[in-house]
Amino acid sequence: MAYSRKLPYLATAALSGLLFGAGLYVSQMVNPLKVLRFLDFGAIPTGGWDPSLAFVIAPAIAVMFIAVRFGRRRGAPLFDASFHEPRLRHIDRPLVIGAALFGVGWGMSGICPGPAISLLAFMPSNLWLFLVALFVGSWVGNLLVRPRAEAAPVAAPAE
Amino acid sequence: MMDAFTPLPALIGGVLIGLASAVLWLGNGRIAGISGIFGHLLPPAATSALWRAVFLAALVFGTFAAAWLIPGLGIGGPGGAPASLVSAPAWTAIPTPAWLAAAGLLIGIGTRIGNGCTSGHGVCGLARLSVRSLVAVAVFFGVAIVTVAVTGVV
Repeated sequence: MAYSRKLPYLATAALSGLLFGAGLYVSQMVNPLKVLRFLDFGAIPTGGWDPSLAFVIAPAIAVMFIAVRFGRRRGAPLFDASFHEPRLRHIDRPLVIGAALFGVGWGMSGICPGPAISLLAFMPSNLWLFLVALFVGSWVGNLLVRPRAEAAPVAAPAE
Repeated sequence: MMDAFTPLPALIGGVLIGLASAVLWLGNGRIAGISGIFGHLLPPAATSALWRAVFLAALVFGTFAAAWLIPGLGIGGPGGAPASLVSAPAWTAIPTPAWLAAAGLLIGIGTRIGNGCTSGHGVCGLARLSVRSLVAVAVFFGVAIVTVAVTGVV
């Protein structure tokens, strides 16, 4: 894994992070209220709904879709031996339960992990508290997921 | 509401996020999923921490630099929302810090168990035509929409 310590690899990570952070600011998705105004479907009849989030995620998916096609044709990334494709393929309970828990937290706060971290650029009050909770939650999540990931190749129950 | 719908900044910002994901994928073969990049900095899942730390630092700096170059577009500027997090809905009688801490915990646990968030499943996963990501996106958008409706947080 010497790849990940080389300069081009780290520069790529830095460039990606810069673009991502700029995108979150320009799209205003770094603003929790803006995100919540998208999630507030109850405001559709009254005209107070903000569809902006859909206009952010659609072009992002489109650009990435082209990149994925291009990558498949090329066969490997520039600075590593192969693409790190997610190994999990099937729909399982942790996927659905995890997405549901995330959905509750996202709906409560209007903050998903990207904006949570990029909000450090603005230091709104209570952000530290939120980030500590996110940190602890991620750590607990890691502990819950780890045994399952290691047991996965052995056990293949059809429950 | 004058500042409600902002299609042009949304599209431009979305292209930037797409480019960010494309750069990390084609350069390093990595999914630009923030919860994964963040989560793998923490034990016991910690792997190759250096590039993750570099990415996250650049994420914050990218936001900061864009706000400096284009002030007033989003947070803090004229016409922009103030740089604040939500308050707990009054009817819940829950103090705002406890509300936000609960949200942070749920997001942390949920994204680790479910293996991704808005960026990893939402942008990268859907672009890869992953069925897992499609299910995750449907669930977390659906649950978040219901949560907003039930709690009345906006």
